[in-house]
Amino acid sequence: MKSTKESRREGRLFYFFVSPWLIGFIVFALLPVLASLYYSFTEYDIIHAPEFIGFGNYSELFHDDQFWNSIKVTLKYTFISVPLTLALSLIFAILINQKIPFRGFFRTAMYFPSMISGVSMALLWFWVFNPQAGLFNYGLSLFGIDPIHWFLDEKYAMWALIIMSFWGLGGGMLIFLAGLQGVPAHLLEAAKLDGAGRLRSFWNVTLPLLSPVFLFQLIIGLIESFQVFTQAYTITQGGPNYSTWFYVYNIYINAFKNFRYGYASAMSWILLIAITAITFVIMKMSNRYVYYEGGSER
Amino acid sequence: MSEVVLAQQLPPKRKKAKVELAQIVGFLILLLVTVAMIMPLLFMLSTSLKSTKEMLVFPPSMIPADFAWGNFKELFVNEEIKFGQQYMNSLIVAIMTVIGTVFSSSFVAFGFARYRARGSQFLFVLVLSTLMLPYPAIMIPQFLLFTKLGLHDSLLPLILPSFFASAYMIFLLKQFFSTLPNELYDAGRIDGCREIRLYWSLTLPLSGPVISTVAIFSFIWSWNDLLAPVLYLDSQENFTLPIGMAAMLSSKFRIAPWNLMMAASLLSVLPIVVLFAIAQRRFVQGIVLTGIK
Repeated sequence: MKSTKESRREGRLFYFFVSPWLIGFIVFALLPVLASLYYSFTEYDIIHAPEFIGFGNYSELFHDDQFWNSIKVTLKYTFISVPLTLALSLIFAILINQKIPFRGFFRTAMYFPSMISGVSMALLWFWVFNPQAGLFNYGLSLFGIDPIHWFLDEKYAMWALIIMSFWGLGGGMLIFLAGLQGVPAHLLEAAKLDGAGRLRSFWNVTLPLLSPVFLFQLIIGLIESFQVFTQAYTITQGGPNYSTWFYVYNIYINAFKNFRYGYASAMSWILLIAITAITFVIMKMSNRYVYYEGGSER
Repeated sequence: MSEVVLAQQLPPKRKKAKVELAQIVGFLILLLVTVAMIMPLLFMLSTSLKSTKEMLVFPPSMIPADFAWGNFKELFVNEEIKFGQQYMNSLIVAIMTVIGTVFSSSFVAFGFARYRARGSQFLFVLVLSTLMLPYPAIMIPQFLLFTKLGLHDSLLPLILPSFFASAYMIFLLKQFFSTLPNELYDAGRIDGCREIRLYWSLTLPLSGPVISTVAIFSFIWSWNDLLAPVLYLDSQENFTLPIGMAAMLSSKFRIAPWNLMMAASLLSVLPIVVLFAIAQRRFVQGIVLTGIK
């Protein structure tokens, strides 16, 4: 048993060591979250004092076409890019996990591009999709397809961004690969002895064991794609015709170009609620499908 | 887990050298995809060495007719770009962020790993919950705060928060610190170590690998960040590399200088490639650890 004096000392030590985070949490996270809730009920342009307008910003948002459009754009990107990226990175992980030559090379070559992210990647792909001299249209021309004006055509701009997003799937692939190699060989042997074919043992043994990895990647993928900004800022400026006007880009424009900090704060809060809610719902639903090793129930 | 990945290149034990159709198909698919993924990289490399005239020729040549090494020089001497200055800014921000993150996060993680106190569980849950906190949700008040402190158009708002620990890194480090045996610390205490020395002279030296993982990833995140620098930095000589490169597109050049931009992209990727080359193990481990846990 520890004496009270000792545990009091331990408590002091704990708070001593944790204090940098605690201060940072309060100053850079908690207060900003609360402040942005407050600002969301005000009209605020930084020059004049914030003016309280109740739910004014929220009811304006409700009638704001640009706001709804940005949600539509973001969801479209999310619902296409996230599942496809997940599926492709799993498939490539499975392929690389086979007994084939040059596995190490394939692994590195697939992962390497995902290190080039942010503006470097955006510029590179902007150039690859260049209508006149870009690599992509050249590739298409080999198949007799006419040049596509990727980022100048509202039908294609979003697709170009989605194709771009596949380039970074190497990170996810590595995670799946680690998961695949963590599947105990004896389970697969047992399935084989029970007469399960390769597909069946994949479906009934490997996939359930991978499900926590899958879940984690899904949540991270969703959160990231809700916050797409770099591509819109660097390449499209939200265009053409607002077809890539992403949600966070909309916040940025409203706050830092139109100086409507209150209005933008309302959007920030909606984003926060959306991300929290989606994470929560996925976690809840996943209890039924996700297998945790050593888990007691189900 | 990562050890498993790294051990995968052991020669496969097979009784018979029977090659299956599925494996051939898999191999071909991988070959095709890998080529497709590497092509843009080669395109970047080749464009960075082309003259302005040659870069717009269709079909694009893979090997430039004349190697325009001058493109790289142009980046540094052209007064309108200020590439060198921006490169320095990015290095300063990234290195300071690494220093801040490594020391503050390991300090805090040590607290979480070693001591129990009233509320310690709750605070750790709080750490985990901030993993989800999207930057756009807090950026406006943070921006207003730093602006009121007169730090607008300076690099400080990008660096300062890292000295108050990062939730991701606390989590990563705490997992590792918890595996260090208690006996070690008891021995240290018997030898008369004060608690702060248990952190500084005992825990840190034992944690080289996990700390280099933290350092590498905080460097990359800082190096690639665009949104925060865009909010704070106004004047071109204060830009970090990502804004500077994005600004080259909209600058006064008559034709978008794709060759210069590709050269800039190449140079901006360089530190990350170097890190990858010297610490591939840490890279893989970092991805797998942050991914699975």
